[in-house]
Amino acid sequence: MRIKRSLGERLFGGANAILMTGLIIVTLYPLLHVLNASFSDSGQLMAHRGLLLFPKGLTLESYKLVLSNPNILSGYRNTIFIVVVGTALNLLFTILGAYTLSRKSFMLRNPIMLAIVFTMFFNGGIIPSYLLINNTLHMGNSLWALIIPGLISSYNLIIMRTSFQEISESLLESARMDGAGEMLILWRIVVPLSMPVVAVMILFYGVSHWNSWFGAILYIRDRNLFPLQLVLREILIQNSTDSMTTGASAVDKEAIGESVKYATVMVATLPILFIYPFLQKYFVKGVMIGAIKE
Amino acid sequence: MEKVSHKLSLLWLNYKKNKAIYWMALPVVLYFLVFKYLPMYGAIIAFKDYSVGKGIWGSDWVGLQHFRDFFQSYYFWRILKNTLVLSFYQLLFGFPAPILLALLLNELRNEIFKRTVQTVSYIPHFISIVVICGMIVDFSSRDGLFNTIIEYFGGQSSALLSDPANFRTMYTASSIWQELGFSSIIYLAALSGINPELYDAANVDGASRLRQVWHITLPGIIPMILILLILRIGGLMEIGFEKIILLYNPNVYDTADVISTFVYRKGISESAEFSYTTAVGLFQSVINFTLLVGANRLSKAVSNTKLF
Repeated sequence: MRIKRSLGERLFGGANAILMTGLIIVTLYPLLHVLNASFSDSGQLMAHRGLLLFPKGLTLESYKLVLSNPNILSGYRNTIFIVVVGTALNLLFTILGAYTLSRKSFMLRNPIMLAIVFTMFFNGGIIPSYLLINNTLHMGNSLWALIIPGLISSYNLIIMRTSFQEISESLLESARMDGAGEMLILWRIVVPLSMPVVAVMILFYGVSHWNSWFGAILYIRDRNLFPLQLVLREILIQNSTDSMTTGASAVDKEAIGESVKYATVMVATLPILFIYPFLQKYFVKGVMIGAIKE
Repeated sequence: MEKVSHKLSLLWLNYKKNKAIYWMALPVVLYFLVFKYLPMYGAIIAFKDYSVGKGIWGSDWVGLQHFRDFFQSYYFWRILKNTLVLSFYQLLFGFPAPILLALLLNELRNEIFKRTVQTVSYIPHFISIVVICGMIVDFSSRDGLFNTIIEYFGGQSSALLSDPANFRTMYTASSIWQELGFSSIIYLAALSGINPELYDAANVDGASRLRQVWHITLPGIIPMILILLILRIGGLMEIGFEKIILLYNPNVYDTADVISTFVYRKGISESAEFSYTTAVGLFQSVINFTLLVGANRLSKAVSNTKLF
């Protein structure tokens, strides 16, 4: 049954659609601008003012410069290491925590959970953490300093635990009767049954590793160990594109620097934008699991 | 005493029965002890004159000296005010925005259009803060995108990011731009949980769409709104400082410098006043925690919704 809509409702519907279209434009245009600028000829880009709806003088020159830059390449290498190894360890630790804390037979379950939740609302602060990692544990200047201190996110742990709790106890009990140990039950039954949540965790941890830079600023001094985002920061925020424009005249340098910046943004963002459509259904689900039950 | 030993013997029995679980939980417990609870212990250097050589315990006590210094310093009011104002802006504009978006999306009849808006609005959340700030810096430059638009509407171009008057607007607007869509997911989930029969009944009773939003939709998501509001208030003193560090410069410290950025500068990047900055950080954590507990109490009192 469809009830006829009143004039007011149709007006609202129209205004709503226009507003939402506006939102799409405001969200996408800056990205499109960067994309266009990255394919633009640096000279024409400098001369151009205003909205860019198409690239000015299509060229891949700036991408060539960016992709042959040693800093970008080592940044990529370090970031991929952090994403792969970091996410794998995140998963392992989060799964262990979520599983043990979801077992009703585990007597320390509630006190440990309480202690973990407490850390979400109170912490010692940035300086004591820095002193611990840098001075006490001597993890400074190593990629491990960007991985180990963040092994578990309490929020993700809670999401995963909630999902593990829904697996029927009798299923696990029957496996136990057949002589399966806890490890076997976890990896052969619980984890395979929770693949959607595992996918969400891979996404959340992976993206946060890919995007993070502040840990590196605190702990990494050796340029060869800089993750991609720290290299980006030099190029985008501190405006130093010198390493890519050696040999060019001062005027050219400025022009090339402009388009190189845009290409750098694309190079750092494209991998995420490429996998994004495949992951969308998972992260929506993940946020919902985290939100609805607790 | 007897109670304790009874508990311990129960625990021992439980351990013998579930040895594997205990051993599996050990790395997790160790992680939290070392990386979350040790820094809390380390925070006692706020009451000491910490020297690296003497260590945390060996350094001399100074009582509340660092706190007194902080409260009397020139920076205290500046960073407290900046922190609160930026947070307040985020609360005032950033908090309702995703709720409004979810409500508007909920009114869209065309499923495909609705999905498109959602998909597009989530994208910025996945772009790194460095890239976002890089774009802001670039668009704000004298001949950048923002100035072009300002000039088009008859304004004067200026170096937007070196003017303290602009910082709060830039910070708040770009945060909303980045997180609006993603934050709305949670409300959309709550909206999809509302019983459709309520709407049918309202239709039969002749309630207009607006009345239905007011009497069914909104009440349906109020618990979610309150929980997120409590969390927000608990984080009032904690502002996304990574973005500030990327965007600010000494020209705009007057409006941009917040507690966390101050701690980072004085404690790590410019100087190494460990004890003093730990005291400043601790001040922030304690206020945050107090606000959280307060907001939770208040919410429990007025609506029976609580976080803990």
